[in-house]
Amino acid sequence: MSLWNRKWTRDAFWMVVSFGALIGLWAGIVWLFETPGYLLPGPGEVLGSGRDNWLLMIPHSGWTILSVLAGYLLAVVVGIPLAILVVSSSTLERILYPPMVATQSIPKIALAPLFVVWFGFGMFPKVAVAFLICFFPIVVDTIVGLRSIDPALVQLARSMGAPPTRIFLRLRLPGALPSMFGGLKVGSALAVVGALTGEFIGSDNGLGYLLLSAAGELDTALLFAILFVLSLLAMAFFYAIELLERLMIPWHVSQRAHAG
Amino acid sequence: MLQRPSAGDETVAIPRAGTDESFIEIAALNKTFVGQDGEAVVALEGLDLNVRRGEFVTIVGPSGCGKSTLLSLVAGLLEATKGGIRIGGTPVVEPYTDLGFVFQSDLLLDWRTVTGNVLLPCVMRGLDQAAHLGRARELLASVGLEGFEGKRPFELSGGMRQRVALCRALLLDPPMLLMDEPFGALDALTREQMQVDLQTIWHRTQKTVLFVTHSISEAVFLSDRVIVMTPRPGAIRAILDIDIERPRDLNVHDTPRFTGIVHEIRLMFQEMGVIHR
Repeated sequence: MSLWNRKWTRDAFWMVVSFGALIGLWAGIVWLFETPGYLLPGPGEVLGSGRDNWLLMIPHSGWTILSVLAGYLLAVVVGIPLAILVVSSSTLERILYPPMVATQSIPKIALAPLFVVWFGFGMFPKVAVAFLICFFPIVVDTIVGLRSIDPALVQLARSMGAPPTRIFLRLRLPGALPSMFGGLKVGSALAVVGALTGEFIGSDNGLGYLLLSAAGELDTALLFAILFVLSLLAMAFFYAIELLERLMIPWHVSQRAHAG
Repeated sequence: MLQRPSAGDETVAIPRAGTDESFIEIAALNKTFVGQDGEAVVALEGLDLNVRRGEFVTIVGPSGCGKSTLLSLVAGLLEATKGGIRIGGTPVVEPYTDLGFVFQSDLLLDWRTVTGNVLLPCVMRGLDQAAHLGRARELLASVGLEGFEGKRPFELSGGMRQRVALCRALLLDPPMLLMDEPFGALDALTREQMQVDLQTIWHRTQKTVLFVTHSISEAVFLSDRVIVMTPRPGAIRAILDIDIERPRDLNVHDTPRFTGIVHEIRLMFQEMGVIHR
C-alpha cells in the first residue's frame, strides 16, 4: 500500500492544510488591517513570544497538568465506585443521587473563592474545582452504561448458574465501558476548565495564573502563546483518553470505523 | 458437567415423539404479577402440562399470554404464585441450570469472539474454558460455522448469530432447551432454514424442547405437540398432537394434513378474538 492510501497520512495532510489556511487567514488580517500588537498580534509575534518565554511556561504548565490530572483521577476513583453503588441498590440510589444532583446545580466556578478561603492559595482549590466539574458526567455516564444491560442477558446468565458478582464483572461492566468512556472524554475536557478556573481565582502558579499576569501587562503575544500551549495540552489529554478507549473497546460500534 | 451419550447417528426411528417418561411436569400453575400501581395482573392461570423426555412441545399464543413467563418459571428464574413445576421429578425452587436458553435476541457479547460466546456457559459457571474448546468448535462446525471461530459477532448475519446462540445453549449438553421465539427476528427464508436445522439437531441430540412462537406454521412444522394459549390470563385452550412423519422437509407445508392443522389453530385464535378475519 502506498503512503497516500493510508488513512492517517491523508488525515494528517488535510489537518495541515486546514490549520495552515487558518494561520494564513490570521496573518492576512493582521497585515491587511495593521492591527496593533496588544490587540491582535500576528502568528510570527506569538511564535517569538513562545520562543522567548518557553522556560517560563514549562514549570507553569507542569502545575496545571498536575492539578488537571489530580482532579480528574480523583473524579474517576470516587465517581465510578459511587456509580456502582447507585446502580446496585435502590436505597443507596435514593440516598446518594439527590445530593449529587444538588451539588451539580451549584455553579462550580462560584465555589472556587470558598475553597480559597478554606484551603488558601495552593494546589487544593484547583484540584477541588477540577474534581467537582468533571465528576458529574463520569458518574452519570457510568450509571447509564451499567443500567443499559439487556434484561434477557441477565436472565440467560442466571439460567447458566452465574452468581451476581460474576454477572456484574463479566457482563454488566464490560457492557458499560462504551458509555463510561463517553463520560471520561467529556470529563477530560472539563477537568482542564476546572483547573484553570482554580488558577484564575486563587493561585500563584499554573498557566491560568500566567494568563492573568500576561493580560495585566497587555502582553497579548504571550497570552496567545499560552492559549496555544493550553489547547495543545487539552487536546493531548483528550486523545490520550480516546486512545485508551480504542485499546479497551475495539469491539464497540463507535470504534469499528478506525479498523478500516 | 456430565457428557451424556448422544445418539450421534442420522437414522432415526420414525415417527418419534419422545419417550413415555414424563420430564417436565407442570401442575396447577398460577403466576400473578403485582404492578407498580399495586394492581395484580394474572399472567398464567391453572396451567397443567406434562412434557415427555425427548419431546418437542411448542406453545403458541398472542402477545402477553404469558408464554415467556412460563419459560422463566420452568427455568426457575421466577417463582410461581401457586402450583409447581418438577423437572425429572425434582421440584424447581431455584434457577434450574441444566438447560439451554435461546431468546429472540441472540445476546451475543460484542467483546468476545464467536468461540468465546459459545464458551459463555463455562465463564458463567466458573468452568475451564480450554477444556470445552473442542466441543465448542465441533458445535460450530455442525451448524456450518467452520472458519468463523475467531470472528466477532458483528461480522455475522442474523441467522449466523442465532446459530452461535444455539451452539452456546448446547455447549454443556443439557437435556432440555427452552426457546423463546428464537427465530422471531429473522427474515422469512432464514427462518425456514433455521427450522429445518433445528429439527436436524433435535433428531441428533434427542433434547426435550419447550419452544415459544407467534407463528402457527412454525409451531406445527417443528412440534410433536402444539399448546394453544388463550389471551391474558394465559391458560391452555387446546393441545394438538401433530402426527406428521419425521423428519419433515419444508414441502410438508403444502400437504393437506399440515394446512388442516394450521387452519384448525387459526380458527381457534379467531374464535378467541385474537385475530379477525
